[in-house]
Amino acid sequence: MTTPASPKSGGTGHTASTWERLQSDRNWLGFWFMVPAAFFLLFFLAYPLGKGVWMSLTDIKIGRPGQFVGLENYEELILYDKTFLYATGFTLVYTAIASAIKFALGLYLAILLNNNMPFKSFIRSIVLIPFIVPTVLSAIAFWWIFDSQFSIISWFLRKINLIDHNINFLGDPLMAQATVIFCNIWRGVPFIAITLLAGLQTVSPSLYEAATLDGASRWQIFKNITYPLLTPIIAVVMTFSVLFTFTDFQLIWAMTRGGPVNATHLMATYSYQKGILGGQLGEGSAIATAMVPFLLAAIMVSFYGLQQRKWQQGAKE
Amino acid sequence: MSTNNVASSAAAVEKGMEKVFEDHSEGMDYLDTTRSRFITLWLPLGLICFVLLFPFYWMALTAIKPDNQLLDFDTYNPLWTWEPTFKHINKLLFESNYPRWLWNTFYVAFAATFLSLIASVFAAYAIVRLRFKGADTVGALIFLAYLVPPSILFIPLSTVIVAYGLFDSPLALIMTYPTILIPFCTWLLMGYFKTIPFELEECALMDGATRFQILFKIILPLAVPGLISASIFALTLCWNEFIYALTFISSVPNKTVPVAVVNEFVDGDIFRWGSLMAGALVGSLPLVILYSFFVEYYVSAMTGAVKE
Repeated sequence: MTTPASPKSGGTGHTASTWERLQSDRNWLGFWFMVPAAFFLLFFLAYPLGKGVWMSLTDIKIGRPGQFVGLENYEELILYDKTFLYATGFTLVYTAIASAIKFALGLYLAILLNNNMPFKSFIRSIVLIPFIVPTVLSAIAFWWIFDSQFSIISWFLRKINLIDHNINFLGDPLMAQATVIFCNIWRGVPFIAITLLAGLQTVSPSLYEAATLDGASRWQIFKNITYPLLTPIIAVVMTFSVLFTFTDFQLIWAMTRGGPVNATHLMATYSYQKGILGGQLGEGSAIATAMVPFLLAAIMVSFYGLQQRKWQQGAKE
Repeated sequence: MSTNNVASSAAAVEKGMEKVFEDHSEGMDYLDTTRSRFITLWLPLGLICFVLLFPFYWMALTAIKPDNQLLDFDTYNPLWTWEPTFKHINKLLFESNYPRWLWNTFYVAFAATFLSLIASVFAAYAIVRLRFKGADTVGALIFLAYLVPPSILFIPLSTVIVAYGLFDSPLALIMTYPTILIPFCTWLLMGYFKTIPFELEECALMDGATRFQILFKIILPLAVPGLISASIFALTLCWNEFIYALTFISSVPNKTVPVAVVNEFVDGDIFRWGSLMAGALVGSLPLVILYSFFVEYYVSAMTGAVKE
């Protein structure tokens, strides 16, 4: 770390030395410098975060202040609301499948892009385009691609005689779930690939040369050199990926709005449906708050994983 | 905090970053034959690129297809058109609220980015260089703020927005987007500020410069690449933001492009696809153009965001 050593304050007692005055000065200055950022983060992030937890304990509705009802909202959700349980389950499945495939494909794509080839930088830059285009707009394009009557994919599969009638991509619950997971993967792979590529570039080629001379196979090289060296960056990238997949909203809302028969509701879309469209702000907040333990667990796992990794490598920081 | 844990990989990735787009190493490719290279490299790469890019081709093609070819895949070749029409795009730009929505998106994105950048520059400088008491804690808190997703905040935030009297005004978005942008920009800029040699500042302090002078005359000019990365990435995030814009804006003329395309274009019309795709295409183009000019900055922002 390149953090500068902060000067030791004298602390000798009698008079305030110049250093000490500078030190106090620096604390005040630091305070003033933090004011603009703190303004936004306290009023529009920390306060609503706390307020959300409070609201989840009340029966507040749109246009009506709430009464404190304790854990009633959570009870209601867990005991009686099948859609909530289903949405929670699907959110977990969605996150698990999408993250696993995104990771595998992203790593594979990163390794492919790490090859020496013509038009390298051009290919690398077009790979990132799905990440640049706003999610909602590409989701709309997918909505059209997966249309029930005029899907280009159905047309193509019929053309090569694989199927004899159109696939109802977004109308059939299981199919719709698979489709939104596919779209999430499509959107997430470029980000993972490019960040892992940045990690790959730091692996010294001489390691590969040495391994090749020792007769290592491609798989052995990957398993024993590439993967261990990439682990720290993989942990960070995947934490972000899991967090953002778990709290996904845009993609589902643009493509299915949770349908058909609530099959593709994620916790985020369900809390929007309940809280904003249904006006049940209290219950909506309870659903949103129910996401927090999962997010914390994800952060803990990656944090712990990183910690252990460091310890194994014997790095001290 | 995870700060320190990833710090070593951070430095390494930063080095790798510079090479993502200008790496001329030959590696060990001479060990491969042309045929095995085709199977192990070009075929999978081509397939992946096709899947990644096809939706955009399909989007653009649909936007310029005449109505009679839009749904008829059997009479006309669905993958190409010889009679491109600008009807949909024309209608979009001259007969709908679209220009207004584009302007809203621009305005909100620029204002929020500008505010966030100012707040982040001060915050990052204070954390990295002023080293005030508790700077590390504040840094860690800002990192945690980065991990708070908008989808758990939008309901309480909407009541806060109503209470502040900002509901249905662009100001609601301008004030809330910085909560997404500031943590990201601050971490990115902290990384850049750390690379600027301490000695430069010490010299200036000796010569009697104030902290403000140091920040504006020494640090910022040296951190220009970081500022560019942070601002274009912040613009992209704003443009992409959906849930706040959906929740806090209710009147049609005040909407942003992503929300408007999802909500206002969906009438039962069977030919709506043409205008929908035109809307999506025109809404994506500004970002793609911006991206094409600043590819390296995007990548360094992306990896900068995860590396700490």
